Amino acid sequence: MTSLIEVENIGKTYGSVIALSDVSTVVNAGEVTCVLGDNGAGKSTLIKILAGVHQHDQGSFKVEGDEVRFSSPREALDRGIATVYQDLAVVPLMSVWRNFFLGSEPTTRFGFLDRRKGREITKKALSDMGIDLRDVEQPVGTLSGGERQCVAIARAVHFGAKVLILDEPTAALGVKQAGVVLKYVAQARDRGLGVVLITHNPHHAYPVANRFLLLKRGRALGSYEKSEIGIEELTRQMAGGAELEALAHELRSVEA
Amino acid sequence: MTVTAKAPPAADERLSKPRLLDQLVVRPEIGAMLGALLVFLFFSVVTEQFLSLGGAATWLDDASMLGIMAVAVALLMIGGEFDLSAGVMTASTALVTALLATQLGLNVWLALLVSLAFALSVGALNGWLVMRTGLPSFIVTLGSFLALQGLNLGVTRLVTGSVQVSGMRATEGYESAGFLFASTFQIGGASFYVSIIWWVLFTVIASTVLVRTKFGNWIFAIGGAAQSSRAVGVPVVRSKILLFMTTAFAAWLVGSINILRYASVQANQGIGLEFQYIIAAVIGGCLLTGGFGSAVGAAIGALIFGMARQGIVYAGWNSDWFQLFLGVMLLAAVLVNNMLRRRAERVKR
Repeated sequence: MTSLIEVENIGKTYGSVIALSDVSTVVNAGEVTCVLGDNGAGKSTLIKILAGVHQHDQGSFKVEGDEVRFSSPREALDRGIATVYQDLAVVPLMSVWRNFFLGSEPTTRFGFLDRRKGREITKKALSDMGIDLRDVEQPVGTLSGGERQCVAIARAVHFGAKVLILDEPTAALGVKQAGVVLKYVAQARDRGLGVVLITHNPHHAYPVANRFLLLKRGRALGSYEKSEIGIEELTRQMAGGAELEALAHELRSVEA
Repeated sequence: MTVTAKAPPAADERLSKPRLLDQLVVRPEIGAMLGALLVFLFFSVVTEQFLSLGGAATWLDDASMLGIMAVAVALLMIGGEFDLSAGVMTASTALVTALLATQLGLNVWLALLVSLAFALSVGALNGWLVMRTGLPSFIVTLGSFLALQGLNLGVTRLVTGSVQVSGMRATEGYESAGFLFASTFQIGGASFYVSIIWWVLFTVIASTVLVRTKFGNWIFAIGGAAQSSRAVGVPVVRSKILLFMTTAFAAWLVGSINILRYASVQANQGIGLEFQYIIAAVIGGCLLTGGFGSAVGAAIGALIFGMARQGIVYAGWNSDWFQLFLGVMLLAAVLVNNMLRRRAERVKR
């Protein structure tokens, strides 16, 4: 089986700044690839390349076996790669169903919006994902942060995404809300989508992910299958591993 | 949020029949409707002519000229942009038509067509500049406002030696064009201007486009969150340029009605009207920040304008009081809109 996405030794420079270099990973259908790293580690650069916002200038980027280089997010979308950004997921003042269909509105024969169909499909698509909203006419702004992410995820799934890229979906959420979002991530995975989950929280990543890619200062710090690494080791590496131990030692000597 | 496995029933059992107040509060134009009702009742009681057919013809006409523009400006504001050149554009389009017809002897219909092309290009230029530079439309259209104002006066003085163009009545095609844009019709002995029909027609079309079409959905989206809309494939640049062109089209319509009704035009007309359009749109429920509002609301906002302006005249008061009324109205509308928006954006934790 060919992977949905396969990147090999991919790299990106902005002028003299090396934002990303020599990073490789795969995204398979029905699996979650988790990208972990601190601020400035290159997570955003990597997903922007996958989403078609930026282009890579080293290495190879294959989608279902074909070498690609997207020039716009629309092209990535056409290849089935949908990205849900942390703050850019939805338009708050618009109703849930109008948001759901934004850019792909259903119309009647006369070119008018088919509002009934829009509402029904939205409600059904959301409930298929296990999201049960009372009223799809309410503005998205009245939903909680977690619910908004879920609407954006359900939209991507409904419009035929094969790969779902989630940029820090749990960053601004409380524990309970984060749990809800992660459940929908797992749901998307179980429906056969390949998921790329970006986060800096190993506790959010570990339960749902199949594979971990750790980034640091634009380079791959490590790439592990879930069977190869435990959550303690993952957290340790995330936090800087050896550096953290040195810091702890230093702090102890201050106290003494 | 709850999770259930079964398919939801057609009507959700968790929704009680919404209270009337809650239903109304999500309609952006509800505040304007109440305001219009109050103003209407007030002047109906205070003055005698206000409620008569002749009186209605006067305030409806006043409202219609403002309303056509207010509706177009409302669409643009919902799309997240301003157009300060809208007021002067009504004079520019009238001047282009008048100069072509009286000085070059063009048929009025042809002059109107050229004027329309001129208006649409200025609108497209406004939109293109705003999108291209990424500057606030407030600044860009302030520039085109001043430029057009200068052009209006400069070109008119250069060609006619004065600051007005007159003599439209003698031009070819004036009668037939006048019938379309500036005729009157009789209801119960009072004569109503045809501009009222244009106003109603324009409002109906704008409202239908806004609420019932794909493009309308995009207008709300690009005004509410342009980046998010682009990410899901909405053509943001093209849509915004189209909205600027719509405003320019409305300015052409109002300019054409003006020139054909009065047969002459002052080169300094229209200055300051742009704020009245914006105020009418805001009274009608448009947010200054974009993404929310209504075309019908803007039309009602213009109606309040027309009723108050003429009502004050009928009551025999000094028209200075109109400005006070306007200021209070605007503040009240902004406060109400702000409250509504917070209600709509309120995040449940």
